[in-house]
Amino acid sequence: MMRILTLLLVAAAAWGQSGTDAILKIIDPALPVIAVPDMRGSAEAQAHMNTFNEVLWKDLESSGWCKMASKSFYPSQAAQQPSDFKPPLGNPPQRQGPWFTDFSAPPIEAKYLTVGYTAPQNGRLVLYGWLFDVGQTTVESGQVFGKLYFGDISTDGARKIAHEFAADIIKHLGGTSLFGSKVYFTSNRSGAKEIWSMDFDGANQKQITREGFLSNFSAISADGTRMAYTSFPRGNASILMMSLETGRKLPFYNQRASTNASPEFTPDGQRLLFASTLAGVQQIYICNLDGSGIKRIGFSQAVDTEPKVNPKTGNEIIFTSGRSGPPQIYKMNMDGADVVRLTSGAGEAVNPAWHPQGQLIAFSWTGGPDPGSRNIFVMDVATRTLSQPLTSNMGRCENPSFSPDGRHIVFQSTRTGRTQIWSMLANGTGFRQLTTQGSNEEPVWSKY
Amino acid sequence: MLLAAALILFATGCKKKVAAPPPPPPPPPPAEAPKPKPAAPTASLSAEPSSIQRGQAVTLTWNTRNADSVSIEGLGNLPANGSREVYPNASTTYTLRASGPGGSTSASARVSVTEPAAPKPAPPPATKPRKTFSQRVQEEVQDIFFNYDKYDVREDARSQLTRNADALKSILTEFSGEVVTIEGHCDERGSAEYNLGLGDRRSSSTKEFLVQLGVPADRIKTVSYGKERPQCQDASEDCYQRNRRAHFAGQ
Repeated sequence: MMRILTLLLVAAAAWGQSGTDAILKIIDPALPVIAVPDMRGSAEAQAHMNTFNEVLWKDLESSGWCKMASKSFYPSQAAQQPSDFKPPLGNPPQRQGPWFTDFSAPPIEAKYLTVGYTAPQNGRLVLYGWLFDVGQTTVESGQVFGKLYFGDISTDGARKIAHEFAADIIKHLGGTSLFGSKVYFTSNRSGAKEIWSMDFDGANQKQITREGFLSNFSAISADGTRMAYTSFPRGNASILMMSLETGRKLPFYNQRASTNASPEFTPDGQRLLFASTLAGVQQIYICNLDGSGIKRIGFSQAVDTEPKVNPKTGNEIIFTSGRSGPPQIYKMNMDGADVVRLTSGAGEAVNPAWHPQGQLIAFSWTGGPDPGSRNIFVMDVATRTLSQPLTSNMGRCENPSFSPDGRHIVFQSTRTGRTQIWSMLANGTGFRQLTTQGSNEEPVWSKY
Repeated sequence: MLLAAALILFATGCKKKVAAPPPPPPPPPPAEAPKPKPAAPTASLSAEPSSIQRGQAVTLTWNTRNADSVSIEGLGNLPANGSREVYPNASTTYTLRASGPGGSTSASARVSVTEPAAPKPAPPPATKPRKTFSQRVQEEVQDIFFNYDKYDVREDARSQLTRNADALKSILTEFSGEVVTIEGHCDERGSAEYNLGLGDRRSSSTKEFLVQLGVPADRIKTVSYGKERPQCQDASEDCYQRNRRAHFAGQ
C-alpha cells in the first residue's frame, strides 16, 4: 500500500505539474517554416538528385531548427537561381513568374526557401545553392546566402554537398549541424557482437572492432581520438582501448578481477572510469588511460555501474546502483561523497546519460505512466523534475545518448522486432530509424 | 573501296580491343567402315549368389553372341542365353564354352560352398568410452536458478548445489588438472551493464556455497555474461526465470 501511494505521489509530481515540459523546451515550439523544393541537376548530375534531395530534406527535418513546409502545395515551377525570380508588376500587382509569395502566402506560409541546382563541372559535382527569406520584398534583400558546394559525381558526393548545404542553413537558423558527428554502437551483424560506427543519419555504417567474440559498451573520448570498450576474450569481461586515429589497440592493464567493464572517459580525456569486481561486488573505479593508478570511487554493498561524468563541470558522476533494490540512478561527487538517488525508486531506472550542458540527464525507466514498459525520460538534475516519456508504444527503449548539440537523442528500440537504433528530437518527436541489419544496441553519440 | 572496307574492319577491331574469336574447327572425318568379317563370339557367365552353404541353390545365368554351340561342363549343351539352378556340394568353377564362325571363347564363374555355420559366439562386451571432463560436468552438474534482481542462493538451489558439490568433487578428483567455470546469467530486465555485475554476484555466491561444501576454491572459476547469453528471449516470467541462472561449464 505504501508502495502504491509512493508511486502515485511520484506520478503526481512528475506529470501533474506544469514545469515538466519546461525541460523539453530544448526545442523551441515556434520554429520557422522552410520550403525545400526538389532541385534538379544538369546532364549526369541528375542521376544523383534523388539522393541529394532526400539528404537535404532529412537533415533539415531532423535538425530541430525549422519546420518543413509540406511539398503538396509547392508550385510546379520553382526558381532554380535568383535571376528566375520575377517580382510582380503594376497596381494591383500582376504575377510575372516565380516569386516569394508563391511560398510565403497561405497555405504554405514559409519564412525560408531553398533555391538551386547542380551541374557537373570539370569532373566535379557542383551545387549552386541559395537560401531566401521569402518575407522580404526584393531579390537582393531576400537572399540570405548563396554558395558553391563541390563533391564527387557520385552518390557519396551528392550526400556530401547536401549535408554541407543543410549545415549552412542550420547555422543561419542558429544551430550547429550534426554533419561530421558519429554514432558508435554494438551490432551482431557480423556474427559476434562488435563495435560499429555510422554517420549521425545512419549512413556509412562501418565495423570498428574485429575481436570475433562478444564486445560491447563503447565509450569515446571527447576529442574522438580514443575508444574504450568491454570485451570477453577469456569469458571474463575486460576493458580494451583503441586509437580511433590508427585503428590500433593501445595498452591497457586490466585488474585481476572477474569483471572489468563499462568504461567511460572523463570530459578532459585524461582518466577512465569503469566498473570492477576487484573487491567483490562490482563497484566504480577510476584509473589512468593505461589502466594504472586505480582508485575506488564508490563504496556500497550492491552492484554499481554505468558511471557518467558531468561533461560540463567534470565534478559529478551519475551512475546506476542496486543498493535500494532494482537498479536506480544516483549521483555522487568525483571522490564518492554526497551520494543521492535521483530517481524515485519505482521500477528500474538505468542507462543514465548527460546532456552536453550538464543540467539534464536522459535515462531508461520502467516506472512511467505505462508501468513495466521501458521508455526514455529526461530529468533536470537540480530540481529532479521529470519529463513526460519521450517514447511510447515503441517496445523496449533503452540506452539514450544526447547529440553534441543537445537537441537530439539516439537510443535503441524494439519497435520493429529486433533491437535497432533510432534518433529523435529531445522532445520526443522526429523519430528516425538508423539501423536495419542484425540487432543493434548501445548507441553513443560522439562529436567526431 | 576494298581498302576502305579493310580500314573500317581494322578500325572496328581496334575500337573493340578484343580479337575476334577463331572459327570453330571442322568436324572430324567419318570413321572408316570396318571390313565385313565373321564376328567373334562373346560369352558371359554369372553365379548368384557366388557363395552358399551346402544345400542351397545357385542360379547360373549366361549370355552369348555370335555362337552356335554353347555348353557348360557338367550341364551339357545349352541355348545361347538362359539360366539354371544348381546345387553344388563343394566349391565349383563353372566354365561356359561358346563357339561359332568367328572362333570360340569361354567364361567362368566360381561358387564357393561352406559348411552350415555354427552358432555365433556372443560379441565381446563393448568397452565403455571414458567420458570427458566437460561431458561429466554437463551431465552431472545442474544449473541453479535465482530470483529477480537477487543473487542469494535460493532454498531449492541449496539441495541442488549439495548434489552438484558431490558430483564436482568426484569429477575434479578424476580430472586433477581441470577447473570448472561457473557462469552467472541474468534475464533481460535491467541494463546490460548492471546485469554484468548481477551475474558476477550470482556466480560468486554459487562458488562460495560450493566451497563451504568442500569443493576446492582454486578449482572453480567464475564468469559473468550478464544478459548476453540468454537461453530464451520471450518477455515472460517463465523465460526470465530460465535465464536467471548459474551454469556450470567444463571448458
